[in-house]
Amino acid sequence: MATILTVDDSPSIRQMIKVVLEPAGHSVIEAGDGAQGLAKAQAGKLDLVITDLNMPVMNGLELIRALRKLPGAVGMPIVFLTTESNDAVKQEAKSAGATGWITKPFKPEQLLAVVAKLVRA
Amino acid sequence: MSAMDPTEVFRQEASELFEVLEGALLDLGQRPDDRELVDSAFRALHTIKGSGAMFGFDKVASFTHEFETAFDRVRKGEIRPTQELISVALAAKDYIRALIEDPQSTDDIIGEAILDDLKRFVSSDRLEAPAAEVAEALAPAESKQAGWHLYLEFESHILRNGSNPLDLLEDLCKLGPCFVVPITDGVPFLDEMDPEDCYLKWDVKLHAACDKDAIDDVFMFVQDEMKLTLSPLEHVEAPAPVPLFQLLDEEPMPPPVMEKTAPAAEVAAAPVVDEPEPKSEIKREAPVRREEAKREERGIATVRVQAERLDELMDRVGELVIAQARLTQLASAGSDLSIKLIAEEIERLASSLRDTTMGARMVPIGSLFGRFRRLVHDLSRDLSKPVEFVTSGEDTELDKTMIECLADPLVHLIRNAIDHGIEDTATRAAAGKTEQGRIELAAVHSGAQVLVTVKDNGGGLNTARIRAKAEEQGLIAAGAALTDHEIHQFLFHPGFSTAQTISALSGRGVGMDVVKRTIENMRGSIDLSTRPGQGTTVTLRLPLTLAIIEGLLIRVGEGRYIIPLSAVEECVELKAEDERSRGRNFLNVRGNLVPFLRLRELMTASGTPDQHQKTIIISTGETRVGLVADQIIGNHQTVIKSLSKLHSDVTIFSGATILGDGTAALILDVAQLVALAQSKVEKQHISEAA
Repeated sequence: MATILTVDDSPSIRQMIKVVLEPAGHSVIEAGDGAQGLAKAQAGKLDLVITDLNMPVMNGLELIRALRKLPGAVGMPIVFLTTESNDAVKQEAKSAGATGWITKPFKPEQLLAVVAKLVRA
Repeated sequence: MSAMDPTEVFRQEASELFEVLEGALLDLGQRPDDRELVDSAFRALHTIKGSGAMFGFDKVASFTHEFETAFDRVRKGEIRPTQELISVALAAKDYIRALIEDPQSTDDIIGEAILDDLKRFVSSDRLEAPAAEVAEALAPAESKQAGWHLYLEFESHILRNGSNPLDLLEDLCKLGPCFVVPITDGVPFLDEMDPEDCYLKWDVKLHAACDKDAIDDVFMFVQDEMKLTLSPLEHVEAPAPVPLFQLLDEEPMPPPVMEKTAPAAEVAAAPVVDEPEPKSEIKREAPVRREEAKREERGIATVRVQAERLDELMDRVGELVIAQARLTQLASAGSDLSIKLIAEEIERLASSLRDTTMGARMVPIGSLFGRFRRLVHDLSRDLSKPVEFVTSGEDTELDKTMIECLADPLVHLIRNAIDHGIEDTATRAAAGKTEQGRIELAAVHSGAQVLVTVKDNGGGLNTARIRAKAEEQGLIAAGAALTDHEIHQFLFHPGFSTAQTISALSGRGVGMDVVKRTIENMRGSIDLSTRPGQGTTVTLRLPLTLAIIEGLLIRVGEGRYIIPLSAVEECVELKAEDERSRGRNFLNVRGNLVPFLRLRELMTASGTPDQHQKTIIISTGETRVGLVADQIIGNHQTVIKSLSKLHSDVTIFSGATILGDGTAALILDVAQLVALAQSKVEKQHISEAA
């Protein structure tokens, strides 16, 4: 169905996303930091990017800004993972160009709901 | 790795993260100002917290949260990473490690003690969003409604950021039957529109008693980027039974309301009639007078108007069309929508006025045909050739001026037909034909032209004799390869006559050339076709009007020219191989060779030619010629202005016109250009033969 890129420096989060989304029929590509994520996004068309915000090398905000500058990524949904309930972080990520967010910790059905909301068949 | 249990992956990852965290904390003791160290410690904590919660390590998550909160203040520079803080942090780290690796061995009391220590570093003046709770408390009171009325307005960048309003509307429709009306007043002009922006707003009636939370859920991600007005629906309007998702310009009015409006209109109309004011009396009388006037008009079917006045009217309409073209050009260059609307309106009015005015000048050709009855009768008696005269298409209308100009040429053609075309009775009898000859005069509309044909069932043209005569007069070399059709064209040559006996009526060699010139002056064309023993048909192609034509505007060098559209068959690009055959000047149009003229050479245009030269194929009857131009600009309503006497010797132009920008353009004379191209071809033939 959809090609989804998960960008997170934590392999366990990536693993978790993969384990939830692959059985739902999506193909999941992984990247360990923003720079890798950007390279993967440049390499092929993506339907959704799920990125952490706190990452080494290139953080999530920088990645979102860079993705929005890619000509092919206009209108591509970008979701960020956040543990903060505080709105300032969400606001910053949204103004960087993020589409939505998933609050950590999340349950598999929450992740699936957000993906279903942003990726249409 | 993908087959591994994520929990196990987390344990491994966590132990790596603890290494990182420990290293960072220890280094921080040495270099408290190193931002990189703070960041990496914070990241490690953050990941432990996030992942821990997800893999069921709830204690880890809540404990780490406090740890992270304290460290966030370090990161923000609000507190310094003192040795004391680092000691506590290291203790906290060890505690978390124990929580993950060996939960049984830990004691909550230790955890709480560490947390208390940590909290000393965190100021306690934090407020946990009470506003949100208030809003939530209000929601249930509103939620028991029959439905919701929503107004949605998104920020224009919403699409760029990956949100699709249509998806959101679809989600909304999943809550219950929705009536969605897009509001389009924010949509700008096309040239100001950014295709990646969202300009639409929506008005939605949701017929479902769902919670406000459910609606908020739909717009969860875009709440900050939109204006959402929610109000409970006042009463239960019958939800649309079938469609869940309707996109309509207007909400259909429910039937009961319609029933109400009908009587209301009657009531509103009634007082106007009954009003005793004098004004309304006048109003009432006016329609009666108009009615009478109409009846009178019907009585008088026609009004006699001086032809001059019609000519004058036509001139004015011509000026109007030119002015209108300028207005249209100005309006289309600007972006003022109201001016564009007016320009379109005026364009429509001008073209209808033009048609009406031209219509007023149109006269049925039947009035002309009537005159020939007598002519045929007299000729038939004088030449003792019984002739049946048949006319058709008398209703076909032509410009009054043209009807007058047609009289003489038609007299000539009919004379010729009887004198030369129809054989004498003896010859006819010998050929097994009826004794009585037959001449048909017909007029018929064909596109923007009127075809007038004079057809006889006589012996047909004597091609051999015409050829001999042409050779005798030195018009062609003896034995030149010419088609029959080309040979017949010599009949239109000045001073050419093959009649062996010169009668009072025909055969003096003045005639056909004059006929041709007259027809061409009207921008018409003449053509002959003949079948030996069966007769000859002369076809006149005439434009509907003399004053305004549809033209094709082209550019050659700097100059612009008009080709009458009725003569244009098609436009093709001049291909490189045609370009290369410079000497030959022939164009291959789907297997047919068509001679072409380079207008640049003809007009001696300066400057460099455009890279892609266009060829316009024009035709007069059967002959096709290509004209090579730099650019084809497009259709143009052409008001014909005749050239002054000074230019009477200019052959390739039939007139001039004024374009929308006020500059002049010359109108090409199609018949002359075709003749010119053909004479070039003949010269080539002759030179090739020689």
